[in-house]
Amino acid sequence: MDILGSLRELVLASGEHGEHAAPLAVQAVKSAGYLWLIPFFPLLGSAINAALGLRIQRRYGRKWCSHLAIGAMVASFLVAVVALVDMLGQPAERRYLVDHLWNMLTAGDVQVNLSFALDPLSMVMTLIITFVGALIHVYSQGYMADDPSYWRFFCYLNLFVFSMLLLVMGDNFVLMFFGWEGVGLCSYLLIGFWYTDLEKAKAGVKAFVTNRFGDFGFVLGLFLLFWALGGGWVTKQGVTPEHESRWALADPGYQPKAKDGTFYEADRALTPASPPATYDEVAKLGTPSGWSQGPAVAVRGGVRVGPTLSFRELRDQIAVESTGVRQRLTSMTVLGVPVLALIAILLFVGATAKSAQLPLHVWLPDAMAGPTPVSALIHAATMVTAGVYLVARLNFIYALSPAAMTVVAVTGAVTAAFAATIGFVQNDIKKVLAYSTVSQLGFMFIGVGVGAYWAGIYHLLTHAFFKACLFLGSGSVILGCHHEQDMRKMGGLKKYMPLTAKTYWYACVAIAGFPIANGFFSKDEILWKAFTAGDNLLDPAIGKAIWLLGWLTALGTSFYMWRSYYMTFTGEYRGAGHGHGTFEAPAPGHAPPAAAAAHKLLPRLATHSLGAAHAGTFDQDVAMASVQVAGAGGGHAAAHGHSDAHGHPGGPPQESPRSMTWVLITLAVGCGATVLLGLFAPLGIVPPLEHWLSPSLLPAEALVHSRLSPDAGNHGLEWLLIGASVGVAFGGWLLARAFYKDAKSAVPVRLAASYPRLHRTVFNKYYVDELYQRTVLAASMVFARACSAFDRVVVDGVVNGAAAVGRFLCNIDGAIDKHLVDGAVNLFADATLRAGKQLRRVQSGRIQHYLYAALAGALVVVGINLLLR
Amino acid sequence: MTPGLPHFLFVGAVLFALGTYTVVTRSNAVGILMGVELILNAANVNFVAFNHFNPNQLLPGQVFSLFVIVLAAAEAAVALAIVLAIFMNTKSIDVADADTLRE
Repeated sequence: MDILGSLRELVLASGEHGEHAAPLAVQAVKSAGYLWLIPFFPLLGSAINAALGLRIQRRYGRKWCSHLAIGAMVASFLVAVVALVDMLGQPAERRYLVDHLWNMLTAGDVQVNLSFALDPLSMVMTLIITFVGALIHVYSQGYMADDPSYWRFFCYLNLFVFSMLLLVMGDNFVLMFFGWEGVGLCSYLLIGFWYTDLEKAKAGVKAFVTNRFGDFGFVLGLFLLFWALGGGWVTKQGVTPEHESRWALADPGYQPKAKDGTFYEADRALTPASPPATYDEVAKLGTPSGWSQGPAVAVRGGVRVGPTLSFRELRDQIAVESTGVRQRLTSMTVLGVPVLALIAILLFVGATAKSAQLPLHVWLPDAMAGPTPVSALIHAATMVTAGVYLVARLNFIYALSPAAMTVVAVTGAVTAAFAATIGFVQNDIKKVLAYSTVSQLGFMFIGVGVGAYWAGIYHLLTHAFFKACLFLGSGSVILGCHHEQDMRKMGGLKKYMPLTAKTYWYACVAIAGFPIANGFFSKDEILWKAFTAGDNLLDPAIGKAIWLLGWLTALGTSFYMWRSYYMTFTGEYRGAGHGHGTFEAPAPGHAPPAAAAAHKLLPRLATHSLGAAHAGTFDQDVAMASVQVAGAGGGHAAAHGHSDAHGHPGGPPQESPRSMTWVLITLAVGCGATVLLGLFAPLGIVPPLEHWLSPSLLPAEALVHSRLSPDAGNHGLEWLLIGASVGVAFGGWLLARAFYKDAKSAVPVRLAASYPRLHRTVFNKYYVDELYQRTVLAASMVFARACSAFDRVVVDGVVNGAAAVGRFLCNIDGAIDKHLVDGAVNLFADATLRAGKQLRRVQSGRIQHYLYAALAGALVVVGINLLLR
Repeated sequence: MTPGLPHFLFVGAVLFALGTYTVVTRSNAVGILMGVELILNAANVNFVAFNHFNPNQLLPGQVFSLFVIVLAAAEAAVALAIVLAIFMNTKSIDVADADTLRE
């Protein structure tokens, strides 16, 4: 089957939508025994590089390390394409490929399987990960060419891809969590890749620790979900499971007989005689004739009801009305709180940490300490989108709880706006992109929060392309400018790096929301869906407010992205040896807050002061402004010379090697090509991606649709909002152009000077790091000190007391031993000694004496003899 | 009157007593050796006498006393050699001076 034909079928079939009012059926599956290969190749590459990488690099040259890693990625991508073709060959309701490898754990009714599953949603993710991942591997070949730990980098990178694939392909929560932690580990390893620099190592630790907070929420949510599904071990009766797993018939007409204690009374006459236990058996049960025919499935198959960790089983339980699970979950409360909302919000806490949403976003900007390909792959395209994926994956849970949806959407919106404002004033090109990533992730969460799961995933996809392109472009710039990241020392690079400039420009077009690149379509769909969210959120007005916030954020996005473009690529080159004086007025005391916070976060590590490495991010605007405003008396403008912290030789910037620019071009083309996937959204036609994803999102779809606001069908209004979006894209562009093109305008500096306090606050990222320092960290420090005091006073007291008592007892025992036992022993020895001293006199050495004695003895014997006779 | 066994035994006892006395009282090593010879010969007298007055015709007493004479000669040779050696060391054959084995 050729892919193009399938795609055409996909696009053409996208007309019919929303008509299927048939009750939701059990997810039909297709066994696909090759899925394990997709994560296996990167794992293999990583293992080989880990075991032999250094030897390969030394003996055969470093290129073989990267060839190995790239080869693994390409192989993985090809298998993913095979899976895509396989999936395209299936009818929509059967697009669920399963590869069951083995059972990892069985505890009571709960099975944890090592199984991989691909449905349209994880298929999209897998393709993004393997495709963008492969490109970034190629790019890294050029970017990391001079690094001595070349092999280690590719080992980590492959390991990351493996973990990420585990995350999206694992068919149950446990595998997902393995992946979830695996990507966290790789993120840590790669942020701290240059671990000899303490700041970078600390940024890695910060990312890791922040993610632990989120994982805590994630795990709690998982426990709660498990419990709510009936996974209790202790009941009033004893230690029997409260709700045994049952096989419920997925028959729409079947009425569950709910009794207290059990939420589903299995009708043994109707349940399969031997319920299928594994996927393979399920797959066998569903021979094509029975399973592929929609509702017929319901009659033939069963749904396993009860605690489960598998996404598919969870989906089936909730989606199939007759199991009664949905009613139970929606009506269940714990401590007066709806349990579903609590589960969804706790899981979302995990997502906020992984996807850098407020208030756990602090690690992502610091994560820019890692090599730029890592920033592109992990901290823009893939790992940070895991939270969005999680919400989309669990759409059937989130859709049931408008409260949780509101939390997700509002968090996304606030984060988007919040991060965008910080992006206005950052000077480090990677910092701008980092905050932009946080902001765009916010958009994705708006999407999945308002129930437009496909739009969120679409934005994830488009973002993977344009942000990877931007990051890799910035990496190219950084390499070209001799490891300079400060945009104030760039400028005019269009002349030196034409290819990088062009691709960066196009990616800016995409992210800023011009309707000639993919970013516009995804962002606009999200905003429209937010506007028409209706009762999907707690109050329809919230949707409108989110739209407004998102719209303003779009303005900001356009502004800061074009700002970065103009500062970097237009005007005159301001790098080493090109007019240093104007821009060098660092304000002492304005240590970069992120670094400072990392510094405070880890007091144990923080043994050295903030070094000159941060000089590049000092608050230059404010310092300059105060020079102008307050003259020489300006408090913190003690302008002193600033030496290039990196100490690289100057020279004009140069375009990056072919392997890098080629990747940039591919990604830029991708930015344009992925427009097709969402092209028809504003026209009221179902976009291909939405059609493609709908089997995965089916359980939530009808529910979300039923709650949309009445505006949802109003195309006039939609066009109006589209116009507004395009307007702000242009507005931001023009504003940035006026302010930053060729570095001519003095307006930004004057503005910063007029509102120094505001500027400083925003520049210092609203002091969130400091807030953490003062609250969470201070509290944990207080707690740590209290623990330490407790340890010192109470625990040590007990231990020391025990020791003192022991010592006392030992003294007594010792005295007894010394005086009584030793005394007896010594007495005996002394007596022996004294007796010996006396007796030795007998042995005089005089032979006569002996003879006397012998004679006397003989006489005595004779005498006795005589007497006895 | 013919001498009977008691007479011989009396002579032997006297010889033994004299020998013992010599051994115990003399401090001269050679003198002690002479005393030892007397004791041995006292024993020989007893052997021969007992054998003579024994009704069976075998001669174990005589043979035994021959052995004793040989043994006495050997003993005298060894003992004199020891005495000589002691004299070399201590310039004395007084047994009171030769007490190094005491400790």
